[in-house]
Amino acid sequence: MRSLLIFLSSLFLFAAYAELSAQAPSAENAPVEKPDLTAGKVIFEGHCSLCHGIDGGGGRGPSLHRAKLSRAADDKALKSLIENGIPPEMPEGWYLSEQDLSNVVAFVRSLGSVPAEKLPGDPQRGGAIYARSGCATCHILAGKGTGFGPELTEVGARRGAAQLRGTLLSPSKTIPEGFLLIEAITSSGEAIRGIRLNEDTFTIQLKDAQGHFYSLRKNDLHELKKLRGETLMPSYESLFSAAELDDLVAYLASQRGQP
Amino acid sequence: MRLLALFLLAATVVSAQVPFERIVNADKEPGNWLTYSRTLDGKRFSPLGEINTQNVSQLKVKWAYQFPDPHTEVSPIVIDGILYVTGPNSAAALDGRSGRSLWTWKRPLPSDYQSIGFGHTNRGAAVLDDKLFVATLDGFLVGLDLKSGVERWSAKVLDYKLGYSMTMAPLAIEGKVIVGVSGGEAGIRGFIDAYDARTGKQAWRFWTIPGPGEPGHETWSGDDWKTGGGATWVTGAYDPELKLVYWGVGNPGPDWNGDVRPGDNLYTCSFLALDADTGKLSWYFQFTPHDTHDWDATHVPILFDGQVQGQKRKLIAVANRNAFYYVLDRTTGEFIAGKPYAKQTWAKGLDAKGRPILTTNAEPTAQGAMIWPNLNGGTVWFSPSYSPQTDFVYVSVREIGARYFKRVTPYRVDTFFAGGGEDELPPDDAWGAIRALQAETGELRWEFKLFSPPWAGVLSTAGGLVFSGSDEGNFYALDARTGKPLWDFQTGGAIDANPSSFLIDGHQCISIAADRVLYVFGL
Repeated sequence: MRSLLIFLSSLFLFAAYAELSAQAPSAENAPVEKPDLTAGKVIFEGHCSLCHGIDGGGGRGPSLHRAKLSRAADDKALKSLIENGIPPEMPEGWYLSEQDLSNVVAFVRSLGSVPAEKLPGDPQRGGAIYARSGCATCHILAGKGTGFGPELTEVGARRGAAQLRGTLLSPSKTIPEGFLLIEAITSSGEAIRGIRLNEDTFTIQLKDAQGHFYSLRKNDLHELKKLRGETLMPSYESLFSAAELDDLVAYLASQRGQP
Repeated sequence: MRLLALFLLAATVVSAQVPFERIVNADKEPGNWLTYSRTLDGKRFSPLGEINTQNVSQLKVKWAYQFPDPHTEVSPIVIDGILYVTGPNSAAALDGRSGRSLWTWKRPLPSDYQSIGFGHTNRGAAVLDDKLFVATLDGFLVGLDLKSGVERWSAKVLDYKLGYSMTMAPLAIEGKVIVGVSGGEAGIRGFIDAYDARTGKQAWRFWTIPGPGEPGHETWSGDDWKTGGGATWVTGAYDPELKLVYWGVGNPGPDWNGDVRPGDNLYTCSFLALDADTGKLSWYFQFTPHDTHDWDATHVPILFDGQVQGQKRKLIAVANRNAFYYVLDRTTGEFIAGKPYAKQTWAKGLDAKGRPILTTNAEPTAQGAMIWPNLNGGTVWFSPSYSPQTDFVYVSVREIGARYFKRVTPYRVDTFFAGGGEDELPPDDAWGAIRALQAETGELRWEFKLFSPPWAGVLSTAGGLVFSGSDEGNFYALDARTGKPLWDFQTGGAIDANPSSFLIDGHQCISIAADRVLYVFGL
């Protein structure tokens, strides 16, 4: 299976390579040699695959099996994005040479030719499951719901199906950046549980499930617990049948925002 | 009143002459800040005590100045109520009462200039006699008239088209201005230069990578030395009695792939002691032989006198980027003591001569090797501080590891010559601290934890305080004896600079730059 995947991707790589090499390189900072997809793949696997998946199909980071990347309209923008990162979730690739960048840009572009994953579930039935299961009490999707958990309007563009399924089964294993659960015990003994919105050495800012903001000075607290690996989202493993889960995953995977 | 103010200002400007005697006797005028670290011994200690542990909680902003460029790393020079600040290819004199500029100076940056491996920045100026000295990104040392900001001379130090640059504050000593260069990621051959302060004529140059026939050249092979790195981008220190200039040298090139440059690669990752008159090497000490982590030894050296086995010795100390704290004899370079001050996984310890004993997982690999500290080290360019009241060295410490990669990178002029790189740990796995180390031994006396690895230097004061800043914009004061936090202020910008202290109208002020704003605080 793995060798088939590699074979298929090499075909796509070749197609992308031909397209890219037909473009005239910009005069400034032009790479010395033509983009090398094999070299780009090595860089991708070493630095990018941890979040984007070994085949670029997504994980903690979005799937790159898309012809259009929402944050990188063209190769120049993609190069800049890889070089500078997306703080704080995506690290910078400042140490990559012009040639490295050119190689990895070409490889990422080649992933756009990989066909979309075929999912077993029915998105329409999944939408009904989403509506009746209380998801909107914590998530906003297409403008509806409460913004305590992550926004889901474009979740299908940001997360692969396997990651979506994993989150529904074991949400504590895939907590996204920016959703660290905190329990702060004030000097009077009051416990405040919420998502960390910001933090520095002296202060921390939280939002609880009701949407209340809290501004706390750490010195005033009796205790500050960082509940790493904990989340208020329940596991749906025992709540949905396998078919319902497939439907819900298909629904979420279809949420890709504006085309 | 306005007339009086004008008169006072004029009087200040007329007296703004700074012979070397004033700099070397800086403790006689604690209200001024006449060299990068206030004193030539690199201590960044202020003898002012009006702001102290009892009243620091009442510290307030007096004024703020907005720089034309973001991410400033400047430490101001302060002479009789006037602050002199710099930015990339720019400088300004500011009225210490109001923060309003008295003059500004700017030198255009050529359109083909590029910073390879660092941002457009400048860390400060030097002063001597009637001139302010500024080093520019495109390689000029400029002598500006203190009264007007007009250029009196400029000397071409380097060719930026070869990847060289300058970001540090020069160091003014007797009749000379010393500068170092950036470009350790661009395959340069580093050097330290001295210029005649009156004329701008070059007095001497010391190449940090020895050429054929010079001692140390045998630690390189073939033509490696030509692109061997050894940048010198942080201001050094000076002992006027020994007449020795102390200066840190940066990493070898390429940074992360040592296979192509076998040997110790002298004098990279070393401290040098140079004769102030001739630039000749008196001694060197290499902290990280054959470095493969970008652990420059470009730090402000701390010169202090201490007791070693019952004997008073002239010492030099540094918390090195490689996560070890070192104490050396500053007359001879002899290793006295050394121990880790931050998490490190690359060395089992130091041998009797201070040379590291490597672990088996000390090198970058093609697949990536997890090593502490990350490339920015246990601490980096920003200043430590030494307080004679506590005999502690205060260090701004970064606790962060990284996966280090090795790659093949051919040298091409004026391009990134790194031979690899690193993937840092995620933000929540990294943290920082201010640590107080016993100066003679490096023993930890206290620690104040920070939310993230800092980029700010440390100031200690006779008020029993330690000031520093955080990457989240907190500027804060700690008790110098205990590390207890006593005051903090949210500046709104990441702090990548060193604090300073001086008098304005007879009252103590503290300054810090945060992003593009210089804040001045007082009671």
